[in-house]
Amino acid sequence: MSYSDYSEGTPVFDKAAPDGPIETRWERRKFSVKLVNPANKRKVKIIVVGTGLAGGAAAATLGEAGYHVTSFCYQDSPRRAHSIAAQGGINAAKNYRNDGDSVYRLFYDTVKGGDYRSRESNVHRLAEISRQIIDQCVAQGVPFAREYGGLLDTRSFGGVQVSRTFYARGQTGQQLLLGAYQALERQVNAGTVTMYPRHEMLELIVVEGRARGVVVRDMITGEIESHLADAVVLATGGYGNVFYLSTNAKGCNVTASWRAHRKGALFANPCFTQIHPTCIPVSGDHQSKLTLMSESLRNDGRVWVPKQIGDSRDPREIPHEERDYFLERKYPSFGNLVPRDVASRAAKEVCDEKRGVGPSGLGVYLDFDDAIQRLGRKAVEAKYGNLFEMYERITGENPYEVPMRIFPAVHYTMGGLWVDYDLQSTIPGLYVAGEANFSDHGANRLGASALMQGLSDGYFVLPVTIGDYLASNKLPEVAPDAPEVVEAEKAVTDRIESLLSINGSRTVDSFHRELGHIMWDYCGMERTEDGLRKALELIPELRREFWNNVKIPGTGAELNQSLEKAGRVADFLELGELMCLDALHRKESCGGHFRGESQTEDGEAQRDDENFSYAAAWEYTGRGSAPVLHKEELLFEYVHPTQRSYK
Amino acid sequence: MKVNLRVWRQHDAVDKGRMVEYVVEDASEDMSFLELLDVLNEKLILSGEEPVAFDHDCREGICGTCSMVVDGHPHGPEKATTVCQLHMRKFNDGATITVEPFRAGAFPVIKDLVVDRGAFDKIIQAGGYISANTGSAPEAHSTPVPKANADRSFAAANCIGCGACVAACPNGSASLFLGAKLTHLGEMPQGQPERWERVVNMVETHDDAGFGGCTNTGACATACPKEIPLDVISQLNHDYLKATVGGRRKKA
Repeated sequence: MSYSDYSEGTPVFDKAAPDGPIETRWERRKFSVKLVNPANKRKVKIIVVGTGLAGGAAAATLGEAGYHVTSFCYQDSPRRAHSIAAQGGINAAKNYRNDGDSVYRLFYDTVKGGDYRSRESNVHRLAEISRQIIDQCVAQGVPFAREYGGLLDTRSFGGVQVSRTFYARGQTGQQLLLGAYQALERQVNAGTVTMYPRHEMLELIVVEGRARGVVVRDMITGEIESHLADAVVLATGGYGNVFYLSTNAKGCNVTASWRAHRKGALFANPCFTQIHPTCIPVSGDHQSKLTLMSESLRNDGRVWVPKQIGDSRDPREIPHEERDYFLERKYPSFGNLVPRDVASRAAKEVCDEKRGVGPSGLGVYLDFDDAIQRLGRKAVEAKYGNLFEMYERITGENPYEVPMRIFPAVHYTMGGLWVDYDLQSTIPGLYVAGEANFSDHGANRLGASALMQGLSDGYFVLPVTIGDYLASNKLPEVAPDAPEVVEAEKAVTDRIESLLSINGSRTVDSFHRELGHIMWDYCGMERTEDGLRKALELIPELRREFWNNVKIPGTGAELNQSLEKAGRVADFLELGELMCLDALHRKESCGGHFRGESQTEDGEAQRDDENFSYAAAWEYTGRGSAPVLHKEELLFEYVHPTQRSYK
Repeated sequence: MKVNLRVWRQHDAVDKGRMVEYVVEDASEDMSFLELLDVLNEKLILSGEEPVAFDHDCREGICGTCSMVVDGHPHGPEKATTVCQLHMRKFNDGATITVEPFRAGAFPVIKDLVVDRGAFDKIIQAGGYISANTGSAPEAHSTPVPKANADRSFAAANCIGCGACVAACPNGSASLFLGAKLTHLGEMPQGQPERWERVVNMVETHDDAGFGGCTNTGACATACPKEIPLDVISQLNHDYLKATVGGRRKKA
């Protein structure tokens, strides 16, 4: 039986989801959770993997509550998690601008922006909590941008018509992460959190059906260690690096999530990836990652290509009437601020028409000439100075004088481990937060919503809901030599040994690049049945070659960066296959998932609500073996699905 | 373009270490410096040698992971640029480039170009935060912050914790790192209650971790990829003096 002959299993239900009026659901859920007696909390041990916004915030908050927390990250310090690279900002329904914003509007925008493939209850909760996040971060000393009166400044972002995005120049993620990191280090000092940097989670320990620990590798000594706990939280980020080139940090990987998936956690909507429209184009084969230019640039920059095919003039010499400001033309009401999926596809379309710019023809201009004339160079510099400098360093071109060249790149993954309203996966005791879960963004995430979700999960949701699990279940201590622990450790050491013993003739990176090409060509901005079937042939072949021909120098008992990468690429080689299958089975287009066969007359994504209004949660059945699909039906009681229009 | 590399190789913390020369024939001027090392490493792996270990992650100049001394400068000779953002077009064809780890007593070498900067986390643990438990925050607009203070705070908060300041300092002092955090938090009304405790605890931890004292050479601010202004060290000294004047710790 081939991999694509998947079967359909029983539907998956969100048992934790409350009903009743949506604006009361979170309040009522909070009231219904069982509480852990404060005196007992220090006896309860929780493992948190990952120290980005979700993981750092969760570990700090659980520590403050008095739990005994053990936290892991692969970086040399928790402060370096990739949340740090988020540039633009964080949404919150504060309505400080008096522009008609509200919790309900943020909820509405997010459900619509996600192209009606997210859960209403979760999104409403996110919108409610957004306001508390800003309060919390200000109290921590996060230096948000302020106006002369000393109050907080906001700006607008793609897909919305209000100004609700709080920011700290182009470094909002950095400042929010440092806030969470500092709160975390405060708990390390208080003794509630034990921190293990340079430790990578390589296996989940499941005992009697419950998540009870992790196996980690000390990345300096190579030692394999088991850590046991009453509950495990994965906040290990997204899997965009399956494409090799993405805006993710080089170390971002799917391994923690994938190990949990292999142990029984369902993986939902893996094909929902976000391609960000404004990244610096690829310059050559040596390229190791792609650099994002914040979406906030689209507030003042105008996107265009020459009207004529093959117009190779210096962009400054092309008169206005010979330029095609294609976003403004196609989407007059949102203009350059259409959501990311729409902007990316429009850029691809003009490049497919051979009107792309730059040496590769894979680029469009993002031009600040009008903004500089209107606002003055100084004002533009104050808003975007650091982004302009970054662009110049990478390309050698000065964007104050020459328009930037941008092209879409893989940026974020909306899919992830399936979780219920409480953020609990299908393995009891395993919670998943931030980008690693699938719940809030549907098929497309709006700008400045990732930071909001990470912090909402970490500071406000998970610390409440995990208590319910801990208070409701008897969790007898697991012995360090329990068979499940020994077995998990052995699986890790065996895997490392088999990787090291291959000693073939190709580097890990060469496999990763090849996988990335397959994913980008067939499971990228536009997917078709033929392409996906082709990818489903190519990936298993590549995976077989990897396991026969990869070359990893050194040993397992030392700092070995090739070995680290090999383990991650091995998991990407399985995930990629599932993504392609998910994309193949979802015959509709929605959000970031664009199926060539399903488009409207004018080339927009055509959803099929009758057949695909569900989250696709996949069950692992073995490497290369057909998975089982479990559907979670999505109900829209408040925001009724319509053809998304930004015209 | 062709470049000759002289790279510090050290197998582990106890190995003595040595410079090893390599040639990369097929560099491109659009590559970042780390991509040049990637190209070198691919060749080393295929020829059966161990690749050069180096720390890196975001490769867009914000995570602070990358850390190496290029031609004698932490992060290389380009001003206000982390080494991941340093591009080969800044070097001449045929150049010989020397690459070493960040050197400081408080940053022991782990392998090749990888060093242990855990001491920075310890300094933050000692007080580099505002104590505000989750859920306890007042409405954000209840505390306006004058723009001038907010801007100065932000300029200091820019610090990415890479350690270039320490690597550049002849004394191996982390005063710029310390001053940056103290200024970030000290410019805010929220940061006042713990201000004096914070400076004393952080300075003591800094000294215990083996960082040296500051003699105002200013090498740190020159090397800083985020251009943290030198005056954060004046702030550090001001606050420390005020907190300890008369030999007593000042309370909020």
